[in-house]
Amino acid sequence: MPEIKVTPLGAGQDVGRSCILVSIGGKNIMLDCGMHMGYNDDRRFPDFSYITQQGRLTEFLDCVIISHFHLDHCGALPYMSEMVGYDGPIYMTHPTKAICPILLEDFRKITVDKKGETNFFTSQMIKDCMKKVIPLNLHQTVQVDDELEIKAYYAGHVLGAAMVQIKVGSESVVYTGDYNMTPDRHLGAAWIDKCRPDILISESTYATTIRDSKRCRERDFLKKVHETVERGGKVLIPVFALGRAQELCILLETFWERMNMKAPIYFSTGLTEKANHYYKLFITWTNQKIRKTFVQRNMFEFKHIKAFDRSYIDNPGPMVVFATPGMLHAGLSLQIFRKWAGNEKNMIIMPGYCVQGTIGHKILNGQKKLELENRQTLEVKLQVEYMSFSAHADAKGIMQLIRMAEPRNMLLVHGEAKKMEFLKDKIEQEFSINCFMPANGETSTVATNPSVPVDISLNLLKREMALGGPLPDPKKPRTMHGTLIMKDNSLRLVSPEQALKELGLSEHQLRFTCRVQLQDAHSDSDTHIRIYTHLKSVLKGYTIQHLPDGTVMVESIVIKVSSSPEEPNTKVLLLSWSYQDEDLGSFLSTLLKKGLPAALSSM
Amino acid sequence: MKLYCLSGHPTLPCNVLKFKSTTIMLDCGLDTTSVLQFLPLPLVHSPRLSKLPGWVSKDGTINLEKELKECAGRVFVDSQPEFCLPERELLDLSTIDVILISNYHCMMALPYITEHTGFTGSVYATEPTLQIGRLLMEELVNFMERVPKAQSATCWKNKEIQRVLPGPLKDAVEVLTWKTCYSIQDVNSALSKVQLVGYSQKVELFGAVQVTPLSSGYSLGSSNWIIQSHYEKVSYVSGSSLLTTHPQPMDQSSLKNSDVLILTGLTQMPTANPDGMLGDFCSNLAMTIRAGGNVLVPCYSSGVIYDLLECLYQFIENANLGSTPFYFLSPVANSSLEFSQIFAEWLCHNKQSKVYLPEPPFPHAELIQTNKLKHYPSIHGDFSTDFRQPCVVFTGHPSLRFGDVVHFMELWGKSSLNTIIFTEPDFSYLDALAPYQPLSMKCVYCPIDTRLNFHQVSKLLKEVQPLHVVCPEQYTQPPPSQSHRSDLMLELQPPPMPYRRCSVLGLPFRRRYERIHLLPELAKSLVPSEIKPGVSLATVSAVLQSKDNKHTLQPVPKPLPLPPSKKRKRVVEEPPEVLAPKPLLSGSVPLEAFLAVLHKHGITEVKVEETADGHILHLQAEDTLIQLEEDGTHIVCDNNEPLRTTLRDLVLRFLMKL
Repeated sequence: MPEIKVTPLGAGQDVGRSCILVSIGGKNIMLDCGMHMGYNDDRRFPDFSYITQQGRLTEFLDCVIISHFHLDHCGALPYMSEMVGYDGPIYMTHPTKAICPILLEDFRKITVDKKGETNFFTSQMIKDCMKKVIPLNLHQTVQVDDELEIKAYYAGHVLGAAMVQIKVGSESVVYTGDYNMTPDRHLGAAWIDKCRPDILISESTYATTIRDSKRCRERDFLKKVHETVERGGKVLIPVFALGRAQELCILLETFWERMNMKAPIYFSTGLTEKANHYYKLFITWTNQKIRKTFVQRNMFEFKHIKAFDRSYIDNPGPMVVFATPGMLHAGLSLQIFRKWAGNEKNMIIMPGYCVQGTIGHKILNGQKKLELENRQTLEVKLQVEYMSFSAHADAKGIMQLIRMAEPRNMLLVHGEAKKMEFLKDKIEQEFSINCFMPANGETSTVATNPSVPVDISLNLLKREMALGGPLPDPKKPRTMHGTLIMKDNSLRLVSPEQALKELGLSEHQLRFTCRVQLQDAHSDSDTHIRIYTHLKSVLKGYTIQHLPDGTVMVESIVIKVSSSPEEPNTKVLLLSWSYQDEDLGSFLSTLLKKGLPAALSSM
Repeated sequence: MKLYCLSGHPTLPCNVLKFKSTTIMLDCGLDTTSVLQFLPLPLVHSPRLSKLPGWVSKDGTINLEKELKECAGRVFVDSQPEFCLPERELLDLSTIDVILISNYHCMMALPYITEHTGFTGSVYATEPTLQIGRLLMEELVNFMERVPKAQSATCWKNKEIQRVLPGPLKDAVEVLTWKTCYSIQDVNSALSKVQLVGYSQKVELFGAVQVTPLSSGYSLGSSNWIIQSHYEKVSYVSGSSLLTTHPQPMDQSSLKNSDVLILTGLTQMPTANPDGMLGDFCSNLAMTIRAGGNVLVPCYSSGVIYDLLECLYQFIENANLGSTPFYFLSPVANSSLEFSQIFAEWLCHNKQSKVYLPEPPFPHAELIQTNKLKHYPSIHGDFSTDFRQPCVVFTGHPSLRFGDVVHFMELWGKSSLNTIIFTEPDFSYLDALAPYQPLSMKCVYCPIDTRLNFHQVSKLLKEVQPLHVVCPEQYTQPPPSQSHRSDLMLELQPPPMPYRRCSVLGLPFRRRYERIHLLPELAKSLVPSEIKPGVSLATVSAVLQSKDNKHTLQPVPKPLPLPPSKKRKRVVEEPPEVLAPKPLLSGSVPLEAFLAVLHKHGITEVKVEETADGHILHLQAEDTLIQLEEDGTHIVCDNNEPLRTTLRDLVLRFLMKL
């Protein structure tokens, strides 16, 4: 039986280094190729040796699909394609294709130039890798080869994020990447049609969370920022350059405008200006409101938000700073945090998820003393706030997507095992479908049951549909007969007559004749009538005819009565039928052997 | 399968395809050439136009001086301009299921089709087509509504009267179907029916037909369409281009293997090379400016203007025109320029790469930033204070009958220093200029039409090899003005099927197969037998399920066990259900092998008699006859049902069931 296999190399019961292998209909697809923010050693990349111990991956993979530009989904791509070796197609949307190399280069700089690591991918490798990328448009059906097709759906989450449907014949898998089922200030909500995939592979970052309304969270956020600024404190908001940053900027920009606030808002430069530019040019990927009004006012041109300079860190007075990266694991955000952590007037707002091992994760867990390199410790006195702004679907959203797509099986990745367990139970209960949650390197197998496509002759189909009537009776289904001709890989279903003709075969007639004796004290012609009347009453729904020559016909079965002059009351019935009427013929001969009831009127 | 042709204009098509159970409209182009018969609508009062003499027939019997005005020997209708609509009587528009739009120029009649006609279907178009199409419609409505005309002329349309009018009014066709412009409410309502699609997106219509837009290379978001079932494929080719301008290149290979290819929207300027025209455009523009004159470019607000601006961007510096102001006037000028920058997915590769940097794909962003290009909604307001001469003005409408262009014609027409450069190919420039005669300004005709020419299309057709081609009749003969140019027509084998307005064509192919799915349980239960090398047969008995035009075959459900009947023992007498007949049989029963099988079943006393066509077997102990022939077997058996069924099954062993 055909089956689909799914093996996570990363993101199996974990968040980070998303990389999922899917085998479907003889094709192997890699979904995402991410890095893990929590590790600095080999574990930061997926274990590609699972695919092959040595040599390149090209012959083992039919394509690679990247869902969005976050590094935990694309950070290992140049390593995979240029250092391990892969020359096949890599698919991603236009915005992802535009932004992904910039983030990769940024990541490379931090790792190689700042931390001094060697044996890492180079700028040239990023460029070479991007040359293998084929851009995907939403809803476009891309034919990877003759059998494998992929289609992207809008996922919300960040600019250019997509969910993908992978299809071979009638088997299909949908991979969500990261998605968001509620529109936010700059992006729309994920959407998919009722495509009924065999497996829906969904992220489950917020598997157990049901978040309160977005408005409340926004109000809370603004209140906290406002209070801190009012008492003269500084607010640090670690973000990734693209995504939440723009949403929060829009939020603060409108708030500052409304409240006529004066405290400066800064955005760490470099990436960010560029980032806003991307949002302007890819405005078709943002939400409806922004798209509709962009001619009059482009939401990504900010009045109150200025570029940040490192020298501002020690400036006195209140300020709000957006700084990258979002998990405080390196870079400017970490540098600012170190400076500001000691003052209880200050505040840090973590607007997104932090993976284990990062400083962001530690302070969110309430750690008050942090060990830094060189055995230094840092006391955390500033207020730490967590506001879930990261655009992942919560439990409610995941259930909503299941309702939209109606998958036959569910598979969870990109989440913590314990939380997945909880959601898995919930899904299995509510939808009565299997839910898998393989760990990294573990394979989940789903048997599929594809139906077999066949070409049916239009004559046969039309005849059957006409016979079935406009409203076929579901309790009494009609059986249709046809002949399936299998020739040169084609399957054609035609009527038996047509099959005979096409194959140059002649029909073989099988006939039966049967004589039945019965006693009936009537004339031959009366017996005919009595048989006719009897059969009329027994056989409902059959065509029964009394022919002018005296014989009785039931469908195509002929019944003839004769008697000898010597014994006029002993009638001999001659029944003759062809194999096509076998059931009826057999029934009639048995029935008539029992004689005719006396009470039949000879009418 | 039928094709109803509702428009006779080859580049503004409107056809309806009936395919399987669906009714699909392909484009709804609005023929605006009719406006050339009307007087221009001036933005400010024009003494010249208001003083034109009315028309009275020579013998004085027909007096239409209120409706018709004479200018330089031509007669014009003095009324709100009207458009020639697609035919609305040929078929019931409310039966249309979907409308497929190929580009923003071919959707201008949409409100006439979808509003007030009972239309309940949906419209499919790409996002740029919708957005820019909306701009063009809004612009048209705005042009008409800001200078309302009190009177509407109808008398001249009377057949008897039209017959005696001077040409070209006399020869205007379908005048009774002409209509004034729709309202903005109609535009909004019509466009709310649009569903967005992307290139190569497969859209299922009622499970019966799949439609897919393909890039056609002509304008932002422009598409050709594939309409197909599993077995039949119709390609609809509308305005397409193989030139490298701003849109994504044309997808040619997906048009292969079509049964029918409907070909419309070829270039209207088969002898004008777009690159040469662009060169002429630039040099004439520079010449006029240097001589101190102004340049007027009547154009649509989207499309070729992007290419003109890009060309000028490179040209301005070299030609020392850096200080000349360029003005773009249209109620939608700003929107059009902004929208052009956000459709990266729909642009050619070069422009896409710019977006990745990230930079705006079109250089007109820089022209605006450096103040070289300025745009205004109209001549009123800011423009009047900023206006400096000599300058270059891009503005609509290219017919010169309405829009800001009318004002500039009145303003600049009298000076021979000024030049008007026609770039749009939709209107004859002489006709467009007729109500402004006598004119002193220079006229330059540089029509830029990037659509396929006859050479390109014959190469394309050779490549994609459709079985049949359907096209407007104009493409099957050389243009009337160049009747000797046999290269300016389609020559194909088999010859293309021509259509004209109101044609109904039967498209030449027969459907023979339909897709059906066997459920896996059924497929597993089939027993194929090889009857020839490479050919296997299996009999299929199954229940047909048809839902939403999708067909599946399920295994025949096992009959429910009869409820134990306590009352009467009549179960045996239940007649068999009326079922479909047994399978057909084929093959023959070999005598020796059959006798051996009989023997095995204890039937040993068999007398074989040879006949002309075969043998008669007499089973003596059982008093039964079996007649074996090449193509038939007859079993005569009385009063012994068990024996008869045994014999039947033995015979069946040798036969093939179909």
